[in-house]
Amino acid sequence: MTSKSSSKDPVGVLGAGSFGTVIANMLAEKTDVILYARTPERAKNINDKRESSGQPLHERITVTNDLELVAKSCNVIFPVVPSANLRELIRRMSPYLRPYHILIHGTKGFDVSLPDNKQLNANRPLSRDYVKTMSEVIMEESSVVRVGCLAGPNLAGEMAAKQPAASVVASHFDEVINAGQQLLKNERFLIYGNSDLIGVELCGVLKNIIAIGAGVIHGLGLGENAKALLISRGMVEMIYIGQALGGNTKAFIGLAGVGDLIATCSSQHSRNFTVGTRLAKGEKIKDIIESMEETAEGVRTIEIVKSLSEFYKVRCPITEALHNIINEEMTVGDATTYLMKFPFRAEIDFL
Amino acid sequence: MEVETEKIKGEKKRYKPVLPRTRYWPIVQLNKNKKAFIETVTNESLKNLITLTSGRSLKEELESTVYRERLRMKQNPWKVDPKDEKDFWNQIQKRLIEIPNDDEAKKKETEEAILREIIKRYANEISGDFKNSHYRFARTVITFGFARLLNATRVKGIKSLWSKQLDLDDKIHVVGQVEQLRRLARRGTIVMVPTHFSNLDSILIGWVIQHMGLPPFIYGAGLNLFNIRIFAYFMNSLGAYKVDRRKKNLIYLETLKTYSQEALKYGCHSLFFPGGTRSRSGAIETQLKLGLLSTTVAAQREHFEEDEEKAKKIFIVPVVLNYHFVLEAPSLINDYLERKGQERYYVENDEYSTSYKIIKFLLKFFTRGSDISVSIGRAMDVFGNYVDNHGNSLDKQGNPMEIKDYFTTDGVITFDAQREQEYTRILAKRIVEEYHKYNRVFSSHLVAFTAFEMIKRRNPALDLYNLLRLPDEDTEIDYAEFRETFSKLREEIFRMKEMGKINFASHLDGPVDDVIKYGIDNCGMYHALRPILKNKKGNVTTQDMNRLFYYYNRMDGYDLEKFI
Repeated sequence: MTSKSSSKDPVGVLGAGSFGTVIANMLAEKTDVILYARTPERAKNINDKRESSGQPLHERITVTNDLELVAKSCNVIFPVVPSANLRELIRRMSPYLRPYHILIHGTKGFDVSLPDNKQLNANRPLSRDYVKTMSEVIMEESSVVRVGCLAGPNLAGEMAAKQPAASVVASHFDEVINAGQQLLKNERFLIYGNSDLIGVELCGVLKNIIAIGAGVIHGLGLGENAKALLISRGMVEMIYIGQALGGNTKAFIGLAGVGDLIATCSSQHSRNFTVGTRLAKGEKIKDIIESMEETAEGVRTIEIVKSLSEFYKVRCPITEALHNIINEEMTVGDATTYLMKFPFRAEIDFL
Repeated sequence: MEVETEKIKGEKKRYKPVLPRTRYWPIVQLNKNKKAFIETVTNESLKNLITLTSGRSLKEELESTVYRERLRMKQNPWKVDPKDEKDFWNQIQKRLIEIPNDDEAKKKETEEAILREIIKRYANEISGDFKNSHYRFARTVITFGFARLLNATRVKGIKSLWSKQLDLDDKIHVVGQVEQLRRLARRGTIVMVPTHFSNLDSILIGWVIQHMGLPPFIYGAGLNLFNIRIFAYFMNSLGAYKVDRRKKNLIYLETLKTYSQEALKYGCHSLFFPGGTRSRSGAIETQLKLGLLSTTVAAQREHFEEDEEKAKKIFIVPVVLNYHFVLEAPSLINDYLERKGQERYYVENDEYSTSYKIIKFLLKFFTRGSDISVSIGRAMDVFGNYVDNHGNSLDKQGNPMEIKDYFTTDGVITFDAQREQEYTRILAKRIVEEYHKYNRVFSSHLVAFTAFEMIKRRNPALDLYNLLRLPDEDTEIDYAEFRETFSKLREEIFRMKEMGKINFASHLDGPVDDVIKYGIDNCGMYHALRPILKNKKGNVTTQDMNRLFYYYNRMDGYDLEKFI
């Protein structure tokens, strides 16, 4: 059904960051692509140079700043923008979006909408009423229902270098998974399907916290044993909070969960990992964020998950420790001691 | 947005019928052309079943159906079962044995002929027996009769039988989007989806529908209710069709689904209890049965396939019923606990086993002061989008939108079973959300919630079953403490109402001691053992933890316990 459209109609990509550009280039191997950039100047700049986020642009990519054009020419659209910007973007695009559109996003963060005049505070922790995954944002702000998400060990740099990899397209709709598979699959890129949309989204979001933690361990030079300890306990923490937020355990032991976790916690190129490394060296979080070109989603996620864990009464020691480091309530050394003393009972009790 | 038509004394709201000429009612039309309708249902089901069983052996499906039917007749016969049942299935079995195995074409032909016969029998069984004259009679009996009774017993004894002082609608508060519903009933097909707590619901809804001036709705009522003559009479005349829960075979279920879908396509307003059966736990339904619900999505697509531009529209209207008291509560909660404890074969426990019992109950129910509230929710399309009073679907920004696009791929209407299954799931989720929004908290619900939650907190080590077995002396709660927690929770409900997450009955607002008293007095008021009461010391306690648990569950799903 979708095969006709994928070869005929162009496919849209929203966001010209490093991951958005990689996706656009991959799609362009099979079909025409319209890439949306945040401002007219940026769109013009990318178009003139034929280069985006340091990557050369495939010839089948057209760059635009016109959301209406993207919605009207594309049936399938991949939003790949920072989580803090997605709601606003979809809201602006909403008048042109229809229930037949297929949106597969690649954003790994939460959306937080507090009622007016309220602020995040310890007395009233966040519940799921205020914290939404990206697919939920898309459905809240537009009439799009055919929503999916792309998640997996996909370090942008390696993909740009055309190294082999795989990813998961999760959606409640088979037609969305099929569309994603047909558009993205090639001889060096595999696509798995998964119907646990929320679970897969949560994997992508939560792993960023653990990546920052792994970065800290690396920065402190504590060795591979310690890092492995953090990653596997981090995985358990992800599953606990993930279940409380509406995901199933299964997604977490798949490519989007453990797969992505290993990749982000091992790569020096991962933004979140870098944040951790620099924290370990004693830099302040404000300075780190300011000096980075693209968003490290994990920092924001730590604050959100800290609050969620209080509401749902789930102990998240790694998230807590990182929260304390970021807010300068604990030194990196204190945090390590705190974690090593944390009383765990059974190792695994969720399978 | 919300138009509350709370009753003011002496100012009764009367609704004129939306379609005064009964012969234009779709349900009357359908019954006039019943033969042709049954034929359509049979043909459509046959078509669907042949697709469904493709790749499998049709003969095996037929054989297993015969087997299960014979088992049912032997193990669980009912009064309403037709007399010729045995002969019919014996005859089918005989013919199945005689099917030749060597001639493929002949085999297929005979199998399909047998299948057709079974479907047709089922379709006839399901089909209601709507008679317009009976409808009018039943309507009069319900409104007039009960109203008289009400006067006689509540005001001044038998002499006031003809007084106009009290009426059924003094007792039943219909609030919410009545005007919208009346308008939409003229523009499209309404599917009303109420919560289901009591067997009384069907009669109550029947009364509400005619009170609002709407033509009768058709609905699937459990065949067990037809065992009772008085129910059978009302059901038939209110447009009920029969759902036999004993029959779980594929052929029956498909025929039932097709019947509902074809009636919808015909334009008959319909009523589903999407929870399937009465809520056992006392909680608002959160898991809806998707089978019947999916027929609304399918019927809407078929409307588009017939006419893309001027397709008829189907509107989903959630309705929440609230009682202080549910007659069946003790046995419902026992069922729930039993089933949760261990999967056991479950026999329907019927407080409604005879006409006598039911009349006795109705008398009791309608003659003593216990309020009932019926909240009519805002109408939605089959995808869960709100619609305006003209029937336009509204997008998330509140602008009118074209729903045809839900069914298209590259601009063409396509059929994708998995997609429609997902739409049904979305619709179910939306209905549950709306239930929680339109649920009107009664003081009785909140006192039960407060008491049970407090007892639960005091015994953190106990699991549910041990908690329910607590000795009486351990269930006493100090009134001052109770009052404090109750006030805190009530505050939270007020806050949630402002966020549009819940509603409450007007009696919940007021001096806290009065509200608690009203709640305790009304909570499950006719049960022999009271779920909640005040003891001599003025403290709060219970005579029956199971019942308290039942009324407690009513406030489940709001995360309220997080605010104690």
